[in-house]
Amino acid sequence: MVETLGRSGIVLFWSVWGVPGRKGLPLLIHQIYQVGVLSLAIIVLSALSIGAVLALQFYTQLHRFGAEETVGLGLSLVLLRELGPVVTALLFAGRAGSAVTAEIGLMKATDQLSSMAMMGVDPLRRIVAPRLWAGFISLPLLALIFSMVAIWGGGIVAVDWLGVDRVSFWAVMQEGTDIWEDVGKGMLKCVVFALVVSWIAVFQGYDAMPTAEGISKATTRTVVLSSIMILALDFVLTLVLYGDFN
Amino acid sequence: MRIRTLEISVGAFMLTGFLALLFLAVQVSGISLERGTGTYTVEARFNDVAGIRPRAKVNMAGVTVGRVTDIRVDSEYAEAILTLEIDSAVRLPTDTGAAIQTEGILGGRYVALLPGVDDDYLAEGDTITYTQSAMVLENLIGDFLINIGGS
Amino acid sequence: MTDNLIEIEGLRFSRGDRVIFEDLDMAVPRGQVTGLMGPSGTGKTTLLRLIGGELRPDAGTIRFDGQDITRLGRRELLAMRRHMGMLFQSSALFTDLSVFENVAFPLEVHTDLPPEMIRDLVLMKLNAVGLRGARDLMPSELSGGMSRRVALARAIVLDPLLVMYDEPFTGQDPIAMGMLVSLIQGLNQTLGLTSLVVSHDIHETVSIADQIFIISDGRLIGEGPPESLKNHPSTMVRQFMNGSPDGPVPFHYPASSLETDLLGQG
Repeated sequence: MVETLGRSGIVLFWSVWGVPGRKGLPLLIHQIYQVGVLSLAIIVLSALSIGAVLALQFYTQLHRFGAEETVGLGLSLVLLRELGPVVTALLFAGRAGSAVTAEIGLMKATDQLSSMAMMGVDPLRRIVAPRLWAGFISLPLLALIFSMVAIWGGGIVAVDWLGVDRVSFWAVMQEGTDIWEDVGKGMLKCVVFALVVSWIAVFQGYDAMPTAEGISKATTRTVVLSSIMILALDFVLTLVLYGDFN
Repeated sequence: MRIRTLEISVGAFMLTGFLALLFLAVQVSGISLERGTGTYTVEARFNDVAGIRPRAKVNMAGVTVGRVTDIRVDSEYAEAILTLEIDSAVRLPTDTGAAIQTEGILGGRYVALLPGVDDDYLAEGDTITYTQSAMVLENLIGDFLINIGGS
Repeated sequence: MTDNLIEIEGLRFSRGDRVIFEDLDMAVPRGQVTGLMGPSGTGKTTLLRLIGGELRPDAGTIRFDGQDITRLGRRELLAMRRHMGMLFQSSALFTDLSVFENVAFPLEVHTDLPPEMIRDLVLMKLNAVGLRGARDLMPSELSGGMSRRVALARAIVLDPLLVMYDEPFTGQDPIAMGMLVSLIQGLNQTLGLTSLVVSHDIHETVSIADQIFIISDGRLIGEGPPESLKNHPSTMVRQFMNGSPDGPVPFHYPASSLETDLLGQG
């Protein structure tokens, strides 16, 4: 347990150290494409659906108090503070994290990592670092897009469908949403999730047993471990960031 | 050729991310890009602010004209000092009063300004002296019970 | 013969409780083809990984071109490996790169050569293994023998001092095997390489090796030119060289007797 943590720390250290330079930039862009651009579809679809459902739920409850205009504020706060970062990170772990683990694990199993090392090229720099950095960059961007699409989708449901007044929908939202308290702290959560998920994904691949079974186990571990860490860290971060509960 | 489209899509992706941030900042948080008017800050001393929070609204005649930016305690006088950020377009006479009020019976607390009649106006860093502390529901009920007991 | 490219002294290596090498001494002479043979599971591949510095021994020294590999730091080791080429059993081509890009990879990473020069060098090496025409194929489109030849071209593209071959003949059809045999021999002469071939294909290894080491149970049990080993005093060496199924190297994995196993606790 402690040994695994130590090994993963070493992997993280050498990979972060291997921040892609001039020759590494195309590799980084390629990986952002793999983990970021290719995750866009699932992120946008989930965001639309979650935004629409939230709008419906908020509306039915708030309607009873005659406070329908507050739907927008409910959407923005819930999405920016919690659902945006958390759901994006969970989806990212399942869509991109597992793929990164499987890819690195398979490269290890087919000796591609060893042969690279034997050519005097550090696989941590060449293979692991671009994937780690790509995840670290992509996840916060995906979360921003998620929140935007969900709020926008919720707005369509609330305003165009349920008939909430358009002006007060946005006005109440703007009144109650703060750039730092809500957007900023939500992004801070996201950056932490991005680091943890990317780290877990590359390490599980790098540390996988080089067999078919080993890779399948590592892929599962990436998803399970990432999900648990995201949810646990979310609690801790909420406590720390919004901890003024007196 | 394939590399080109890949790079373009990554560029578009990152651009979309930043546009989303802009959307969240402007359309959702209501950050105004052209801060034409600006603000000035005044202080107000209260005996009891009843747990008002930073970022609470400052209203005048029911219109939001500013926010509470800081809350301190002056232990010497056992008073709370609120720092209020007021829209520069709103000019407050020096004898303006301030009261802590509650939105609805259980709602959030805010500062209500009651403009005075002086010809001079409060400037940056001035202090509002006429203040009325919060009506604390528990105290009211307590007073009420004591009054009943006394009569 | 004092000019050895690799000198191994007192090498000790274990995995968990299992001792793989115990006090192994070995010297690989420069410019020759050296065969490294022995029953499967005796750690021949492990020895290659030790020489490459991928694994660290428990004790002993491994000198490559005069430098002790076991004492090198991470960066020095990566630099040192530019002088080694290794052909993996699985070929280990990068599956997301074409044949050309695979061979060009070490040049692009380690040199600042202009693209035209890289192109010429890559095509020369591909020509040497007879696959200049396959430059645009992806690894998944290659047969096993072709993959191995591409991997060989990649291993020699930086003109290393040493090329290590890990089971180059396993799973190859006779034609591919013949090609590899002549390639290993030919490249060793024309490029002035030193070759270390790990294999248990006796005939192929014997046909190209200038000298052979036989390892069993973590120790060197025989060394010398191929012919001399066939008449080696050790019965174990003779069993291996002649390919007899049973002998000092037992057919059975150590176990209690069959009778007790079948009739005992059952």
